[in-house]
Amino acid sequence: MRNLALKILAVAFALSSSSVCRSDEPLAVQQIAPGVYAHPGAIALMDKVNDGDIANVGFIVGDKGVAVVDTGGSVEEGRALLAAIRSVTNEPILYVINTHFHPDHIFGNAAFAALGATFVGHRNMPRALQQRGAFYLQSFRSIIGDALIRDVRIVPPTLLVDDTRELDLGGRKLELRAWPPAHTDCDLTVYDQTTRTLFAGDTVFLKHLPIIDGSIKGWLANLPDLAQIPALRVVPGHGPLTAPWPEALNAEKSYFERLATDVRAMIAKGDDVSEAAKTAAQSQRDDWKLFNDYNARNATAAFAEYEWDQ
Amino acid sequence: MQTNRRTLLLRGAAAALAFAALRRVSVAEETQSDDPWPDLRKTFFQDRAISEDPAIVSLDAPNRAEDAALVPMTLIVHAPLGDERRVAKLSLIIDQNPVPLAGVFTLGEQAGVTSIETRVRVNSYTNIHLVAELSDGSLHSATRFVKAAGGCSAPMVKSMDEALAAMGQTRFRLLPSAPGGHQEAQVMLRHPNNSGLQMDQITHLYTPARYIDHLAVYQGEDLIFSMEAGISISEDPNFRFDYILNGSKTIRLEASDSTGKKFTSTWPADSKGA
Repeated sequence: MRNLALKILAVAFALSSSSVCRSDEPLAVQQIAPGVYAHPGAIALMDKVNDGDIANVGFIVGDKGVAVVDTGGSVEEGRALLAAIRSVTNEPILYVINTHFHPDHIFGNAAFAALGATFVGHRNMPRALQQRGAFYLQSFRSIIGDALIRDVRIVPPTLLVDDTRELDLGGRKLELRAWPPAHTDCDLTVYDQTTRTLFAGDTVFLKHLPIIDGSIKGWLANLPDLAQIPALRVVPGHGPLTAPWPEALNAEKSYFERLATDVRAMIAKGDDVSEAAKTAAQSQRDDWKLFNDYNARNATAAFAEYEWDQ
Repeated sequence: MQTNRRTLLLRGAAAALAFAALRRVSVAEETQSDDPWPDLRKTFFQDRAISEDPAIVSLDAPNRAEDAALVPMTLIVHAPLGDERRVAKLSLIIDQNPVPLAGVFTLGEQAGVTSIETRVRVNSYTNIHLVAELSDGSLHSATRFVKAAGGCSAPMVKSMDEALAAMGQTRFRLLPSAPGGHQEAQVMLRHPNNSGLQMDQITHLYTPARYIDHLAVYQGEDLIFSMEAGISISEDPNFRFDYILNGSKTIRLEASDSTGKKFTSTWPADSKGA
C-alpha cells in the first residue's frame, strides 16, 4: 500500500513537472556541424516521464528553409523541437522527413502539420501507417498517457521516396535514400552533402539494442551499402548524438551476425522459436542497453525469417 | 499565487490520472471488469459446462508477448486415461484481440496428436483460453494471461512486399523425435495472413483482410489435424505437431484463404528437410 502511494506520487510529480516545463521550452539541441542540429533522445522505452523523447531527432538549415528529421515521441516533443528551430532561424520549414513509422519518430508530426511543410517518407510509409497507425494510437495511450497522446495525429507523408531523392534547402542539398526492409520496411536515410552528415534513422543503433521490425537478412545485406555513404559522421536513431562513420555500423553488425548464427543453429537442430527467444545471442547481453526488452523479440523475428532458408 | 494554484491543480490532476492509470492496469491484470470472456463463452459454447482440467488440456504461452505479431503458443492435450474418449476439437480464443477466435483445430481420429505449436498475434494484455472438446462432447479448458508486447511492437506484417511475393511457399520437415514415441513434424505456409481491420486514416474505411481460413494436414488419406482460422494467426502460418505414423508414404497440406485461393503441397512422409 505504501509502495503504491509512493508510485502514485512519483508518477504524479513526473507528469506535472515534465508537462509544465516542456511546452514553452525549446528542446535541447547541439550544432553538430554548420547548420546541422540534433537532439539526443534517452536510451529508454517511451513512457510518461520522458514524454516519449527516446529517439535522436534533428534539423538542417539551408538558405531557403529548414528540413526536420523526425519529430519525436509526442506532440509536446515536436513543439519543443519547433521552438528549438525557431531559436536558431526564422526561415520556413520546407520538409518534415520521417525516417520510418515508429511512434518515437513520428508522434511529434502534428506539431508541424499546420506550418505548410511537406511531409516526406519511404514509398511504403502510407501503407504502413494505414496498417499500424490506429494500433499505435491505441496501444501507446497507456504507455505515454492520455495527456501526451491527446494531440497525436498520424500524418502520412505526401512526398514519397522510391529509391533516392534530392531535396534542395538553398545552398545545400540533402540526399534521401529509401532502403529495402531492415529495421522496418520504411527505412529512409538523410545525407547532408555539405557537411557530410548522415541522419541514419534506425538503420543505425548504438548502445540501445537494435530492434528488428523488418528483416534481419535485409539489414545485414544493407550494411555494406550503408558503409559506402561517404559521411564523416552519423546521427544514429538511438544512442550517442554523433559517431564516426562507417565504424558506427560495427556494433550492430556483430550483434546481427551472432543472432543469425545462433538461430540458424537452433533451427538446424530442430529447436522451437520459444527456445530461441530464451537463449539466442545471450552472449551479447553486456554490450547493449535494453537487451532484456528487445532481444527475445529480435530472436523471435529472426528465427521466423531464417526458418524459410532450410 | 496564480502559478502556485495552477501547479497544485496540475499535480492533483496528474495524481488522479496516475492513480486511474495504475488502477486500470491492476484491473486489467486481474480481468475483473470489462472481461469479455463471459460473452465469448456464451457465443462459442452457450451454456455448456466447461471444466478446468490440466490433465486433459493445457496451454503453454510466454508471460509476455515479445513480438506482438508472433507469439508462440503450444496447445497440449491428453485424452483421459482409462476411457475411450479422445480429444476431438480445440478452440483457441484470444479474449482481447479484434477477432478473438484465433482458430478451431480438429484432430484426426487416428492421428494421436497431443501437441500443436503455432504462432498468434496478441494485440494487448489478454487472457487466452484453450477449450478442448472430447469425443463425448464434454468441454475442458485452460487459461493463460499474456502481457502485451512493449515498445513499438505491432501485431502486423513486417515486410508486406515480401510477404505477398512469397505467398504460397510451403515447407514440411520431420523433427527429431523420441525413439518409440510420436513422430514430430513441422508444416509452414507463406501467407501475409493480413491482420485486416486496418483503418485507412484518410477514408476511414477498413481494408478487407486476406487470411488463411482453412488448413488441413494429412498423412495418406488420414487427417492429422485441420484448422478453421482467422486473422489472429500470425503471418506465415506455422505448425509443429506430433502424430502416430500410419505407414503412409506422403504428407499433404491443403489450405485456402479468404479470397478463395487454394494452396496444396505433398511431400514424402520421410522428408528430412524442405
